[in-house]
Amino acid sequence: MSLALIVLLPFLGALLPGLLIRSGRNACATATASVTVLALALLLVHTPAVLRGEVVQAGWDWLPGLGLNANFFLDGLGLLFAGLILGIGLLIIIYARFYLSEKDPMGLFYTYLLLFQGAMVGVVLSDNILLLLVFWELTSLSSFLLIGYWRHLPAGRQGARMALVVTGGGGLAMIAGMLLLGQMAGSYDLSVILERGEQIQASPLYLPTLLLILVGCFTKSAQFPFHFWLPHAMAAPTPVSAYLHSATMVKAGIFLLARLWPVLAGTDVWFYLVATTGLFTMVLAAGIALFKDDLKGLLAYSTVSHLGLVTFLFGLGSPMAAAAGVFHIINHATFKAALFMSAGIVDHETGTRHIPRLGGLMHLMPVTATLAMVAAASMAGIPPFNGFISKEMMLEQAAHTPWAGLPWLVPAAATLGAVFSVAYALRYAVHVFWGPPRADYPRRPHDPAAGFWLPPAVLVALVVIIGLFPEQTAGPLVRAAADAVTGGALPDLHLYLWHGLTPALGMSVVALLGGAALLWRYGDAWARWRAGPHPEAKTMYDAAMARLVAASQYIIHTLHNGALQRYLAVMLASAVVLGYAAFSGAAHLPGTRETLEIFPVAGVLWLLMAGGCWLAVAHHRQRLLAVVAVSVVGLMVSIGFLYLSAPDLALTQISVEVVTTVLMLLALYFLPKRTPEESSGARRVRDGVLAVLAGVGVGGLCWAVLTRDFSTISGYYLDQAVPGGGGANVVNVILVDFRGFDTFGEIIVLGIAALAIYALLEGALRGPAAAHLAAWKGDMPRAADRHPIMMVVATRVMLPLALLVGVYILLRGHNMPGGGFIAGLVVSIALIMQYMASGFQWAARRMAVDYDALIGLGVLVAGATGVAAMVGGYPFLTSAHDYVHLPWVGEVELASAMVFDVGVFLTVVGAVMLALAQVSRLGLVASHEPANEGPMDFDPSTPARTARRDPS
Amino acid sequence: MNHWIILPILLPALVAPMLVLAVRHDVVLARIFSVASTVLLLALAVGLLVTASAGEPQVYALGHWPPPFGIVLVLDRLSALMLLLTALLALWVLLFAIDGADVRGRHFHALFQLQLMGINGAFLTGDLFNLFVFFEVLLIASYGLMVHGGGAARLRAGVQYVAVNLVGSSLFLIAVGLIYGVTGTLNMADLAAKVPMVPPGDQALLQTGALLLLLVFAVKAALVPVQFWLPGTYALAPAPVAALFAIMTKVGAYAILRVHGLIFGEGMGEAAHLVQDWLLPAALVTLATGMTGVLAARSLGQMVSFAVIGSMGTVMIPVALYTHQTLAAGLYYLVHSTLAAGALFLLVGLVAERRSGLGDRLVVAPAFAQSGLIAAFFFLAALAMAGLPPLSGFVGKLLILDAVRDGEAAAWIWTCILVTSFLAIIGFARGGSTLFWKSAAQEGRLGMEQGADSGALSFVAVGGLLAGLLLWTALAGQVTPYLEATAGQLLDRGGYVDTVLETPGKVIEEKGHGAH
Repeated sequence: MSLALIVLLPFLGALLPGLLIRSGRNACATATASVTVLALALLLVHTPAVLRGEVVQAGWDWLPGLGLNANFFLDGLGLLFAGLILGIGLLIIIYARFYLSEKDPMGLFYTYLLLFQGAMVGVVLSDNILLLLVFWELTSLSSFLLIGYWRHLPAGRQGARMALVVTGGGGLAMIAGMLLLGQMAGSYDLSVILERGEQIQASPLYLPTLLLILVGCFTKSAQFPFHFWLPHAMAAPTPVSAYLHSATMVKAGIFLLARLWPVLAGTDVWFYLVATTGLFTMVLAAGIALFKDDLKGLLAYSTVSHLGLVTFLFGLGSPMAAAAGVFHIINHATFKAALFMSAGIVDHETGTRHIPRLGGLMHLMPVTATLAMVAAASMAGIPPFNGFISKEMMLEQAAHTPWAGLPWLVPAAATLGAVFSVAYALRYAVHVFWGPPRADYPRRPHDPAAGFWLPPAVLVALVVIIGLFPEQTAGPLVRAAADAVTGGALPDLHLYLWHGLTPALGMSVVALLGGAALLWRYGDAWARWRAGPHPEAKTMYDAAMARLVAASQYIIHTLHNGALQRYLAVMLASAVVLGYAAFSGAAHLPGTRETLEIFPVAGVLWLLMAGGCWLAVAHHRQRLLAVVAVSVVGLMVSIGFLYLSAPDLALTQISVEVVTTVLMLLALYFLPKRTPEESSGARRVRDGVLAVLAGVGVGGLCWAVLTRDFSTISGYYLDQAVPGGGGANVVNVILVDFRGFDTFGEIIVLGIAALAIYALLEGALRGPAAAHLAAWKGDMPRAADRHPIMMVVATRVMLPLALLVGVYILLRGHNMPGGGFIAGLVVSIALIMQYMASGFQWAARRMAVDYDALIGLGVLVAGATGVAAMVGGYPFLTSAHDYVHLPWVGEVELASAMVFDVGVFLTVVGAVMLALAQVSRLGLVASHEPANEGPMDFDPSTPARTARRDPS
Repeated sequence: MNHWIILPILLPALVAPMLVLAVRHDVVLARIFSVASTVLLLALAVGLLVTASAGEPQVYALGHWPPPFGIVLVLDRLSALMLLLTALLALWVLLFAIDGADVRGRHFHALFQLQLMGINGAFLTGDLFNLFVFFEVLLIASYGLMVHGGGAARLRAGVQYVAVNLVGSSLFLIAVGLIYGVTGTLNMADLAAKVPMVPPGDQALLQTGALLLLLVFAVKAALVPVQFWLPGTYALAPAPVAALFAIMTKVGAYAILRVHGLIFGEGMGEAAHLVQDWLLPAALVTLATGMTGVLAARSLGQMVSFAVIGSMGTVMIPVALYTHQTLAAGLYYLVHSTLAAGALFLLVGLVAERRSGLGDRLVVAPAFAQSGLIAAFFFLAALAMAGLPPLSGFVGKLLILDAVRDGEAAAWIWTCILVTSFLAIIGFARGGSTLFWKSAAQEGRLGMEQGADSGALSFVAVGGLLAGLLLWTALAGQVTPYLEATAGQLLDRGGYVDTVLETPGKVIEEKGHGAH
C-alpha cells in the first residue's frame, strides 16, 4: 500500500499549505516540503528492490466492470520518473519559497504544486492505462492553474488556456487511443498490455490507436506541430516553468512513449512518425531558441528541442537508442531545471530576463553565473558534463540510421540540431554573464540568499558528478529504467564519458565549432533570421480560437434567436415530419366502421364550428374577436358531445368555456387589443403551410381512428361501475374512482395554476410593473353605468338558485350527469357574476372566503379520502360505498368517492375564484377609481344617496 | 400492498396544501415544513431503493382496481433510483433556496413540493395517461417556480416555456389517443403485451403515435430540434429553480427509457426499435449543439444551460442503443449530469447575486465577494460537466465510450463525444477565466445585488452537490452492479409485464340497492 501512498500523499498534503499559510510563509513551505520528503522517502524504501529488477505492485478495485482499477506498479522507469518528480519537486519547493514575493498567495501556489506533483507521480506509477488517463488529464488541469497563477497577467491567463486546450485536447484523443489499446490487449492493465506487443501490432486497430496515442504524447511533450503552447506557458512563475515545463510534465508524453515502447515501437509507422517528428522538432526548436531574446523563451524552445531529441531516440525503435533516451531524460532534467532556476534568479535580481539588456553578470553574481554556465555547458554537450554523454549516444544512434533509403539525412539533421543547440547554450552563457558589467540593469543585481541558489546548485552538482562518473552514479538507474522500457531486450549497457574515436565524436566536434562560429557571427545570423518568415503560432491559435468562437456564436445565436414563433414552427415541423415518416413507413388499412348519416343539425353545427375556426384565423389580430370566435368553437364542441350522448363532457365543456372566456376577456382588458403585424409574407406562408399540414395530419389521424372498431378496456368500466364503483354514471365513476388518481393530479394542476397566477400577478402589483399599471390608461370606451341595476338584481336572484344547482349537480354526479368538477364551475360562474355585477371590492367584502385556503382544503379533502382507504389497509383511493335507509328520504347511497368529489369541487371553486380575484385586483389598481360603496349605480332602496357615476 | 410506494407522491401532495392552508404567512414555518418534508422524502427514497434492489418490480394498484383497468404505480430499480436522485437534488436545492431566494415571490414552498410530487409521480406511474397528468403537474408547477420573483426577461422566457410545453402536451394527447385507438389500453404493461399483436393494418397509426410520443418526451429532454426552449428558461429561472430543473430534463429521458424501451423495444413486432433510427442522430446532434453553445454562451447561465443540453445528448446516446451495457453506462452518466448541472446552476446564482448590475454576464468586471471559493467550486463543477478527470463525468464518458464500441455507429459516437468534450473544455475555461481571473486585473470591487443575502447555507448546498459528485466517482465500482441490474430489469420486459398484469385487485361483491 505504501506505493499508492506515494501517489496519494501529495493530494492529501495539498490541503496543508492552504491552511498553514496562516502560520507564515516558512511554515507553509516547510509543510509542503515535508509532504514531498515523505513521499520521496517511501520511494527510496522501494528503490533497492526495483534496482534488483523486481516490480512492486499495489492497488485496489475502483470500477472493475470497466477495467478501471486503482492499480499501481513501480519498475525501473517508474522509479526514474518518480525520483525526478519528487526530487526536483523538493528543490522547486525550496526555491519557490524565495522566489515568490510577499504579495503572491503562497498557500495557493503550493497547493497547486502538490496537486500537480500527485498527478504526475500518478501518471508514472499507474499500472492501469485508464487510471493513467485520469492522472494525465489532472496534470493538464493542475498546470492550467499553475500557469494562470498570476491571474492579473493576460499572458498568464492566455498561456494557461492555450496549454489546457492543447494538452487537454490531446488527452481526449488519448482517451480513445487507450480504450482501443485496451480492447486489443484485452485488458487495461499495463502489466498485461506490455506482454501483448505482437498481438497488438498485428491488429487492424494498431494504426488508429497509435495515431491517437501519439497525438496525446506529442501535445503533452510539445512536439511539432503542437509545440507552440510551451513557450507561452512560460508566463508562469519560474518555479513552475522549471518544474513542469522542463523537468516533469512535458516529459509525461515521453514517459508514455517509453512506457508503451515494447507494445507500439518497432514498426515502420512508428519509426517514420515518431523519429521524424522528434528529429524535426529537435532541429526546428533549436533554431528558434537561438534567436529568442527572452531568457525563458530561449529555454522553452531549447526544452522543445531536447524533448524532440528524446522522442527521436525512442522513435528509432532500437533498445540502445531507447536507453540513450532514458539517460538523456535524467540529464536534461538536471541541467534544464538548473538553467530555469538560474534564469529565475537573474530575472528576480536584475528585474529583466531580456537578453539584450543583460550581460556582464559574472562579476556581479558569480555564484549564479557559475551554476548557469556549467548547466549551459552540459546543455551544449561539452565534456565532461552529463549532457555530453547522452548527446554523444544520440549522435551515435543517428549516425547509422537511414531515412527512406537516405543514409546521410538523419546524421546531417542531428548534427545541425546539435550546432544550434551549442549556439544557443553558448549564447545563454555569453550574452548574459560575459562581458563587462553594465550600468543600466533595472535593478542592481547581486547573488541572492543561499536558499535561493542552493536548489540549482544541487542540480549542477549532479550534472558534474554524473558527467564524471556516469556508470557509478546513473548506471544502475538507467539500466533498470531502460530494461523496463525495452521489456528486457536491452543489450549490455555501460555509460562512459569517453566513447573512443567514433563518428559521433566527429559530429560533436563539428557541432561545437559550428555553434561557436554561429554565435561569433550572431549579428549576421540574426539579420538573416529576421528576414525570414515568422509564422507566429499564438496569432494563428488566437485567430483559430476566435473563428471557432465566432462560428459557434453565429450558429447558436442565429438558431436561438428568442422567437417563440420559430421554436413552435420547428416543433410543429418536426411533428409533421415524424408523423409522416412513421405513417408512410408502415402499413395502413382504412377503417371498416360504417359512418353515420349526417343529420342537418349536425351539418349546421359542423359549419358553425368551421366558421368559428376561420373567424379566429382571419381576425386573430383583433384579440377580443378571436376569443369570441374560439368560444364559438368550444360551444359547438359542447353541443357535439351532447349530440354524441356524452352529457357529462358537454356540461364540463360548456362551463369551462364560460369561465375561461370570462377570465380571458378580463385579462385582455389590460393588453393591447390588436396584435401588431410582425411577420413577413414569406413567414406567414411558411406558418400557413405548416399549420395546414399539421391540421390535415391530425384530422386525418382522427378520421382513421374514428372509422375503425377496436376492443378496449372500457367494457370493464361499464360492467363494474355499479357493482364495483357504486355509481351509475360511468364517466363520473371513471373520474372519481377507476381513474380517481388522474383527477387527484388534475385538481392539483388546477390548484397550482391558480397559485401560479396569484404569485405572478402579485409580482405585477409590486415593483416596476406596479408603477406601469398605475400609469395605465384604458384604451376602450367604458359603459356609462358601471354596475347596472338590471344585472345586479338578476345575478342576485340567480345566486341561490345557482348554488342550489351546484350542490345538486355535485350530489347526483355519481349516478347522473354532473360531479364535483362541473358543480365547482357552476358555482364559480354564479360567484363571478356577483363580481361582475357589483364590482370586485364590493363583492369581496361580502364573500370573505380565503380562496388559497379553499384550494388547499379541496386537495386535502380529496387526498384524505384516499388516505382513509390506506388506514383501512387498502390502496390509496380505494372506494367504498353502501346504501342506507333514511326516514322519509328513502334509500340513499353513500360513496366515499362523493367525498372525493367534494374535494374536487372545493379546489375548482378556489382556483377559479383566486384567479379572478387577482385579475380584479389588477383592475382596481388600473381603474384609478375608488371602490363603489353601493351594490349598483342607482340603488332605489336608498334614494337619498346618489351613486357615483362614471365621468365618461 | 406496499403503501410506501405511493408516499413519494402523497407526501408532497399533502404537505403543499398544508403549506397553502396553514403557514402561508409564516416563512419560517413554511421553511421548516418544506425541509422536513424533503428530508422525509429522501428517507423514503432510500427505503424504496433498498426495497427495489430486492428484485422484482412492485406494483401499487390505485383504488384497488386490477390492472390494466385501474392506474398502477410501479416501483422498480430505475424508478427507485430516479426518486432518490430527485430527493437528493431537491434537498440541496431547497437548502440553497431557504437562504433567501424563497421569499422573493409567493408560494415558493408549495410550488416546490408540488413540483416534487409531479416528478415523483412521473417516475412511479405505470400508466401512460397518468404520466400525462404528472407531466401537467410538473409543467405547471415548474412554470410557477420559473417565474418566481418576476422580472420582464424571466416572464418572457416563461411564456415561451409554457407555450412550447403546452404544444407538447397537446401532442402527448394526440399520441396517446392514437395508441389507445389501436390497442384500447393505457397501462404500460398491458400496452407492452398488446403492441406485438397489433395487426399490420393498424401499424401506421400505432407507429405514428409512438414517434409523436417520442417527440413529446424529446421536448422535455431538450433534444434537438426541440431544445429551443431550454436555454432561455434555465438561464433566466431563479438559481435554485434552475438547479431543480436539472432533474426535469431527465424526466424526458426517463419517459423514453420507460415507454419506448418497454412498449416499442425489442420483440415488439413491427414497432420494435422504431425510435433508434431517430433517437441516435438526434442525441448526437444535441450533444454537438449543446457543447457548441457552451462555447458561444454570453452568460454563465446560458453556458450551463447549453451544457445541460449537451449532457442530455450524452445521456440519450446510450438510451438510443438500449443494450444492457449502454443502459448501465447511460444511467451512471444521467445521475452524474443531474448533480453537476444542479451544482452549476446554484453557482450561477451565487455569481449573479454578487455582481450587481452585471449578473452572470460574461464580461470583464472587478472582483466580487467570495470569488475565490466560488471559483474553486466552479472549477470542480465545470470539470465534472466537461467530463474531465477525476470526477464522475469522466468515468461516465469512459463507460459510455466503452459500452458503445461494438455498435455500427461507434466511430461517430466516439468522435462526437470527444470533440464536444474539447469544445466544453474551451468554453468553460474561457468563461471561468473571464469571471474569476480577469477580474483580478480590474480596479475596484463589485457590490451585491440588492436584496441578495445568500450566506453559508448556499455554499453548503453547492458543496453538498459537489460532494455527491465525488462520492458518485469514488463509489463507481459499488454502484455499477445496481445500475447493471437496473439495465437488466429494463430489458426483462416479460418480467415487468407479468408482474404488473398479475397484480390482483379488489373483489367485487354485489350490494343490494333499490333506487336504481
